[in-house]
Amino acid sequence: MLAVFAPNFFEPQPLLSRLASAAPKLVLACGVALVIIIRQIDISIGSLFAVCGTTAGLAAAADWPWPLALLISVGVGILGGAINGLLVAQLRLPSIVITLATMVILREGVRLKQQGVFINLPEGSQWFGLPMVLGQLTLCTLAVGLLLIMTLLLKHFSAGRFIYAVGSDEEAARLAGIRPRLVTFLVFITMGALTGIAALLNLVQSPQVDPNSGRGLELEAIAAVVVGGVAVSGGRGRLWGVFLGFLLLICTSPALTYLGVKPYWEKVIQGAVILLAVVADGLRTKKAK
Amino acid sequence: MNLSQSIPGQIPLLQLSAVTKSFGSVSALKGVSFDLQPGEIHALIGGNGAGKSTLIKIVAGAHSPDSGSIKIHGHRVTQLTPSAARNLGIACIYQQPSLFPDLTVAENIALRLEKIRLFARVHWTNRRLKAVQLLKLIGADISPDTEVRDLSMPQQQLVEIACALGSKARIILMDEPTASLTHKEQERLFALVRTLRNDGVGIIYISHRLEEIFAIADRVTVLRDGESTGTTPVTETNPSALIKRMVGREVSTLFPPAESQLGPMVLSLRGLGCTAGGVKNITLDLRAGEIVGLTGLVGAGRTELARVLFGITPADTGEISLNGQWVVITSPQDAIALGIAYLPEDRRRQGVILEMPLSHNITLASHQRLFPRNWLRHTTEQTLAEKFIEDLAVKTSGAVALGNSLSGGNQQKVSLARWLATKPKLLILDEPTQGIDIGAKNEIHKIIRRLAKEGLAVLMISSDLPEVLGMSDRIAVLRGGTLAAILPRQCTAHQVMSASLGLKEEGVGA
Repeated sequence: MLAVFAPNFFEPQPLLSRLASAAPKLVLACGVALVIIIRQIDISIGSLFAVCGTTAGLAAAADWPWPLALLISVGVGILGGAINGLLVAQLRLPSIVITLATMVILREGVRLKQQGVFINLPEGSQWFGLPMVLGQLTLCTLAVGLLLIMTLLLKHFSAGRFIYAVGSDEEAARLAGIRPRLVTFLVFITMGALTGIAALLNLVQSPQVDPNSGRGLELEAIAAVVVGGVAVSGGRGRLWGVFLGFLLLICTSPALTYLGVKPYWEKVIQGAVILLAVVADGLRTKKAK
Repeated sequence: MNLSQSIPGQIPLLQLSAVTKSFGSVSALKGVSFDLQPGEIHALIGGNGAGKSTLIKIVAGAHSPDSGSIKIHGHRVTQLTPSAARNLGIACIYQQPSLFPDLTVAENIALRLEKIRLFARVHWTNRRLKAVQLLKLIGADISPDTEVRDLSMPQQQLVEIACALGSKARIILMDEPTASLTHKEQERLFALVRTLRNDGVGIIYISHRLEEIFAIADRVTVLRDGESTGTTPVTETNPSALIKRMVGREVSTLFPPAESQLGPMVLSLRGLGCTAGGVKNITLDLRAGEIVGLTGLVGAGRTELARVLFGITPADTGEISLNGQWVVITSPQDAIALGIAYLPEDRRRQGVILEMPLSHNITLASHQRLFPRNWLRHTTEQTLAEKFIEDLAVKTSGAVALGNSLSGGNQQKVSLARWLATKPKLLILDEPTQGIDIGAKNEIHKIIRRLAKEGLAVLMISSDLPEVLGMSDRIAVLRGGTLAAILPRQCTAHQVMSASLGLKEEGVGA
């Protein structure tokens, strides 16, 4: 349908640009998939994304070495994930409330610090200092590489198996000698690290850092994950499904534009898609009982 | 007072005729008849799973019977719901009071007594007055403004009784009302119950304490395996006769013969206790090749002891020795590393993971042994799973089938396979055949016996008396969280039941 109505959608250059700018979302979706498989949620990732980008940007603007700025972004992400993970796993508090609180704190923290001022990055930091096309290709490769690594983790490592076990049946997992709290904590840390990486993949795409970046990103990542067939009731889902969900969602918004639908509808449709996926899962589980 | 049989001309308060009730393939009541006269305390007793709970839930309207009739005040009742039961003057006092902890005593009483109308005005003063009145009536020294969470268990029970009185109940069900009471509180409760009886109220009284039944009840009905063994006036029976009726027939010969050679000592417990788990002072030895049956009534601490051994609620007193070495077990990981396996009671919630393939389920507890580098080898996993599926005769389409595609008995086998895959020295089974059909049950018994023969030490928790007697080399009976007796293989059901109930063995049936 897209190809008929919008023939120039699939031209190589705009397609590559679109994929590159969406690459951070894929990385986030991988993390969110893990979080949802263990039957938790993290809505603070959009804010954490902004915090990571801003700190890394500030470091780079202060002429710190570029690799150090990268490490800082990931480090801040891990720290944020660890705080969420600790509160959820150790205090057994509902993750929706915890991450709602951290979402607001982090977002307002960035606003307090930057007052909305953009950070100018040093010359030559854009696209890792590569020509644009090559830079975009690198970005896409990195995102897909991370997807493959996470797939490997879920399918071929004990850790992945334990993630599914905890998400399906925490008590049974505990009695089988798995430590659900540790698994939960580590999943949130992974989520944080991936958020830091996603922020970096975003950072290198422009000469400036927008401290308001990442608004609504959690919604898009969750949408990709649930559309990709990960059960919100936990324990089920695969990353290649998430990849398909991601492709579908990044196609919706340009498709809507080409079809002449007002852009305001985009979020409405995303929300509706999440609702639909959740309802479908709810009906399925109810039927199984 | 003689109420031995239905008194001519007097209409029973409650009359159940040939009531049956099944849950899935398990029949809980197989045609039970029961009647309650006005001004009578009618005791209801039976072993675990005899059908007492099902029976009172039917009377309370929580379950509806599959067949049979219920007559209340002589009128046949078909659709008995909890609210209908309440309107017909039936009140229940459960072992665990079911009050709302965040509301005050007066509010709780009002919730039970007032009609539910969403937008009615609340008469706070009336509510309070009513509560004061009722509490005074039963002689309870409780302020109506206290929040229920601040009350002790016996106090909460008194509030329940106040509710029952306030609702002008003519039929009161009491399920182990004295379980948490001190002797003095118990005396007061009995006095209250007797007053109620003299006012013509009928009381169904469930208790495991036989001496209470002889102290207070007029008649007693014994349930066994979902059937009534008849109703007798307490003056015409004695504890020993009641026990005989509770245990019934002797063990059938369905069980695989014991032929294990006892090996070295695997497990020794010395004065083991855990305050949080309610287990105290357990001293027990278990050898390789031996099956020790662990039994007792509900709440005696059987599962609790298993959870202590498996490190879920770690012991705080006493010692555990495993294979001749003193060990400390503080988590399931410790227990697994030491060669302990625990097959939990609730296999749907704690055993097989329903959304996982059987192969994943089977290896779940053995990742450290099978995949020491955390790298999964799917062929190894598949082979192992297929071996267990064949070995234990799991009926399934294959190792990739999901856990929820299996029947209960086959799920239990998969659960067992998970633990055998850890190559344990000690296997703790918690109600291994509960809710499983007879064929699968038999197979599981054979597997357990075979495992013992291969040198495993087995601790088998079971409420099923024939199973305990038929399978065990020795029987450990728990009561009130501690060991009441250790009986040899040749003991009788009567001895086990007496020990469970805390009665001195009178040499009957030995």
